[in-house]
Amino acid sequence: MPSSSEIPTPPAAQAPEQPIVAIREVHKAFGENEVLKGVSLEVAKGSTICIIGPSGSGKSTLLRCVNALVEIDSGSILVEGREVNDPKLDKLALRRRVGMVFQQYNLFPHKTALQNVMMAPITVLRQDRREVEERAVQLLAKVRLAGKEQAYPGELSGGQQQRVAIARSLAMNPAVMLFDEVTAALDPETVKEVLVTIRELAEEGMTCLLVTHEMGFAREVADQVYFTDHGRIVESGPPAAFFANPRDPRTKEFLGQIL
Amino acid sequence: MSRPPPKRRPPLGHDALAGGTDLPVLLPAAERLQREAARDRLLGWPRLRLRGRDGVWLCLLLLLAAGTAEAQALASGRESAFTAIARWIPLLLQGFGFNILISVLSMALGTLLGVFLGLLQISLLPPVRFSSWLVTQFFRNAPWLVLLFYCMFLLPFEIRLLGWRIPFPDWIKAIIGLSLPVMANVSEIVRGAVNSIPSGQWEAAESLAFTRRQTLWQIIIPQCVKRMLPPWMNLYAILTMATVLASIVGVSEVMTLTRRVLAAEDRSDLLIPLYGFILLWFFAYCYPIARLTTWLERRYAVKL
Repeated sequence: MPSSSEIPTPPAAQAPEQPIVAIREVHKAFGENEVLKGVSLEVAKGSTICIIGPSGSGKSTLLRCVNALVEIDSGSILVEGREVNDPKLDKLALRRRVGMVFQQYNLFPHKTALQNVMMAPITVLRQDRREVEERAVQLLAKVRLAGKEQAYPGELSGGQQQRVAIARSLAMNPAVMLFDEVTAALDPETVKEVLVTIRELAEEGMTCLLVTHEMGFAREVADQVYFTDHGRIVESGPPAAFFANPRDPRTKEFLGQIL
Repeated sequence: MSRPPPKRRPPLGHDALAGGTDLPVLLPAAERLQREAARDRLLGWPRLRLRGRDGVWLCLLLLLAAGTAEAQALASGRESAFTAIARWIPLLLQGFGFNILISVLSMALGTLLGVFLGLLQISLLPPVRFSSWLVTQFFRNAPWLVLLFYCMFLLPFEIRLLGWRIPFPDWIKAIIGLSLPVMANVSEIVRGAVNSIPSGQWEAAESLAFTRRQTLWQIIIPQCVKRMLPPWMNLYAILTMATVLASIVGVSEVMTLTRRVLAAEDRSDLLIPLYGFILLWFFAYCYPIARLTTWLERRYAVKL
């Protein structure tokens, strides 16, 4: 459980009932290829949102827009009341509040697991090295990697690397965590260990925004499921209703192929 | 109406491999070939592939030439070629040491400038990026000898600074002249190495709120060092062999000294053995570097 000091205090302008991430009518094109054609969704604080859909439907791009890795063409993304689509946006301040975990882990291969977790708080937040180390050891234990502190990423399995990556993001004490197909590169057994970690996070009240192909996980953990296709959100709803009675034919077709 | 020429299928084999292939069984080989090609491109020229066999050939040639000289010397009753050469070894070694000194210093200077120039090449500001690219391409494609001549004749022989007179001897000018192409090549090596780091590393650092500078110095550059080491060492071996260019502009390094020795001896039969002897020294110096480079390349290729 996060202690009270770890829970970030939201800016004063934001009322508690406001969504922590609010995406409105977001458009994004790469050259001729329009990837997002007016996407809107809201993420309430402490909730878990799963975005599913076929490859190339813009899921990953949408996620990357939230922490400004990708700039949007039009629309609005509010993260804790901060407008992301603003030329004067302080990207660094935004990214301190938004953690991201990638499909390919992207650990820093020249640093040990512990150093990977410690780097950002020391470099970016200028926190005390000893405190950060203590917290990093705790975080690695939390993702069940106690004893692997001194291992280099190359010496860890895919699932272990991915859990280090989760711990690395958590070390920044983000308000929102973005997971971009984090289990897509893993084999079925290691998928489980990563998903268990994410589920624990969600249960502890971390706001999670996931792009995933793990339907079982989405059904079990998500508060809200969104189905995207061709840059649009086709259907959304609580997982029970969404998976039991998909209304849109496109959703039916997609779910029919998977389940 | 002219008919379009019939489409020719590319023949299977090396050509098909080098440009990528659809045949799954050939993929590993294609990947390896592409990697080799990419490495050669990074360097701008084929890697220096010195082999031990080359050294054996060199020795045999030298022995043959020396043997001929020896036979001629015996026939005409002159001093043995071997004793004549042995007499000059201390002097020639001094000259060779000077070559090594020039190579080490111009490598150091060139690397310092080259790393700086290479980092400018990956700047986010287009004018900075373009001008550093232009400088890099200019010095990279200019003949080394021309650059050396320019430095020789354009740099002053001394600099006056706050009443002090700092002499600027020829060999320092040679170091500067040789460091210019080194700078340009190191710049390319740095740019290539930085670009070869997967974009995921940048994204991960960005999403952790690292600034670009922090990302570069703490995450990208440390990973580049391993990749840069082999081409950098290869460049050094090539530079060492290029130091003899300094003899043309009058620096008394090993080639200049050899010429003087030949003039002093006034024996045409010594020409080939003596130059061959010097060649052997360069080989003995560069061969271990080339081997080490190959070894490092192989070692880092597996880990990445």
